[in-house]
Amino acid sequence: MMAELSISQVSKLYAGGVRAVSDVTLHVGDGEFIVLVGPSGCGKSTLLRMVAGLEDISAGEIAIGGRVVNRLDPAERDIAMVFQNYALYPHMSVRENMAYGLKNRRMPRDEIAARVAEAAQMLELGPYLDRKPRALSGGQRQRVAMGRAVVRQPAAFLFDEPLSNLDAKLRVSMRGEIRKLQKRLGTTALYVTHDQLEAMTLADRLVVLNGGQVEQVGSPLEVYHRPASTFVASFIGAPAMSLLDAHVEGGQVMLAGQALARVARPDGAVTLGLRAEDLHMVAPGQGVALQVDYIEELGAQRLVHGLVEGQALCIALPPGVALPPVLHVGAAPERLHLFDAITGRRFTARTSAQSGALV
Amino acid sequence: MTDTSLPDTPTRLRRWLDSLRSAPAKRVQFDRPLTPWAFVLPQLLVVGVFFYWPSVQAVTSSFYIEDPFGFGATFVGLENYQTVLASGEYRSIAGFTLFFAGLVTALALGAGLLLAVKADAVIRGSAHYKTSLISVYAIAPPVAGLIGMMFFDMHIGPFVTLAGWFGWQMQVGIDYWDTVLALVLVSVWKQIPYNFIFFLSGLQSVPVSVREAAAIDCRSGWRRFYTVTLPLLAPTAFFLLIINVTYALFDTFGIIDVMVKDKPANNPITLVYKVYLDGFKGNDIGGSAAQSVILMGVVFALTILQFRFLEKRIHYG
Repeated sequence: MMAELSISQVSKLYAGGVRAVSDVTLHVGDGEFIVLVGPSGCGKSTLLRMVAGLEDISAGEIAIGGRVVNRLDPAERDIAMVFQNYALYPHMSVRENMAYGLKNRRMPRDEIAARVAEAAQMLELGPYLDRKPRALSGGQRQRVAMGRAVVRQPAAFLFDEPLSNLDAKLRVSMRGEIRKLQKRLGTTALYVTHDQLEAMTLADRLVVLNGGQVEQVGSPLEVYHRPASTFVASFIGAPAMSLLDAHVEGGQVMLAGQALARVARPDGAVTLGLRAEDLHMVAPGQGVALQVDYIEELGAQRLVHGLVEGQALCIALPPGVALPPVLHVGAAPERLHLFDAITGRRFTARTSAQSGALV
Repeated sequence: MTDTSLPDTPTRLRRWLDSLRSAPAKRVQFDRPLTPWAFVLPQLLVVGVFFYWPSVQAVTSSFYIEDPFGFGATFVGLENYQTVLASGEYRSIAGFTLFFAGLVTALALGAGLLLAVKADAVIRGSAHYKTSLISVYAIAPPVAGLIGMMFFDMHIGPFVTLAGWFGWQMQVGIDYWDTVLALVLVSVWKQIPYNFIFFLSGLQSVPVSVREAAAIDCRSGWRRFYTVTLPLLAPTAFFLLIINVTYALFDTFGIIDVMVKDKPANNPITLVYKVYLDGFKGNDIGGSAAQSVILMGVVFALTILQFRFLEKRIHYG
């Protein structure tokens, strides 16, 4: 069945005039895995809950599989949701938890049994089917919550920060499992998280939200390599992109008195974004001087945090290189990100190599 | 305790004392050994004077026939019990007590739950609802009885007027079943707030996300309530059941007293009121004591039954 999800100009207004979500439009293709990501309070959960029917839609329209669901009960929307704290029914066994939604839809008993058995096998829950949730570990409970969604075979899965109650190691493995499961079932999924790494690794497309508004929609790599704003740039990627005050002078991007690249822009202040891995060391006299502040050793690489004329800059270097107190660093001109100094929006104008001194 | 593997008392006592010494950080230490006893003493005194001593007295008295003027007592063994159990009046009052307790418990629990569910659904102004629904609980039973009596007064009672509109001449205190109705209504009314508080807090402790998950899994609100909310409320309901049965059996005394005292007719009374009537009005201390011992036994049995058969079905969080 077609299970597209379309969100058109949806807003959420709370009593007192608080605008939690404003004018969000998003089209999710059949089988697509969309991750809504943003800091807490950005409206991502509210948006998801509006899709689920747990919050009223103040304005706009939400359609699942071509059917407008604004006025439908959560149970009628053909969605299944996985909650952050699992939300399992504590008085029911694992089997009953998974079967509950099917029973209420008057599904024949043998089909329920077949679906539960299939989900249990898929999620390796077989040995625990007759246990109550309190006798399970966090990871197992999470699987049951997944199973409860899977047996429904809904048009869309909704995930509300499902991994944030798990420990780091389990989170990584569950992340992989969710991704595999969703690909195998081909079910459209909407996933909310505040963890940018989770967002990057899971998503077909990312939706970065800030203050109830969509900052950027795009594939993880698009968002990573061409962040639409300083907000996205600082939110996606670890370590965060360094953002520095620079200016354009005579068609050149200037930082600390050094011309870094050509750009077709009028003179004036800009915000310059630099990814740590795009920076490299250059010979003294070239590039900008970085006063080393402190070093984070990560094993595979080391992150050197320093100051360029009082502004923080982070550079990733291979381990085992002797570090002087002052580094001279540069970056390929096409790797620079330029943002409006006031609005924070990305400039579409391309930076390019300049004739003369290459940095 | 039938478990024979338990160590004897002196050993347990010694271990307990050892545990006191070995975990000094977690326990309050007293310099003088009698200080803790001094703290516990008021409670012990209250329980001793108002429960154990009267209980022992009741059991002892039930084997004697007391001289009405207090000149002495004759040991008669189980004769008091035989008289009580053979009495047709006693049996009919026991029957009524059963009926009354069942009805009051069912209605008070039902109404309390209904109000709690409705109040729980209200987000705005819920504090006002709660306060107004709870406030009745602050009324003492005799006062509740008095208010109830005014409601059902033949001359000024609004309920009587209301019944009159439908051609029903209500005569509380004179007509047996009219009195039953008034007793039940006032007793239920008095107990609703208590049940309401507990049900409401029980409802509010059901996690929001569990309810939301249920909203996605089940369309019918009633079915959702029946299959998810109610089972999670079971511990609260079980506790309230015991409390309400005890209330209907004993604490309605004040209400009954106010409503039937000094009334001429054969009015409905419960067993505990009969204990009082026979003992303090009829001066039959022995018979009255035997009745109260029987009552005590019934309550013990009831509580044990409830725990044995109901508690197994209850899921504690």
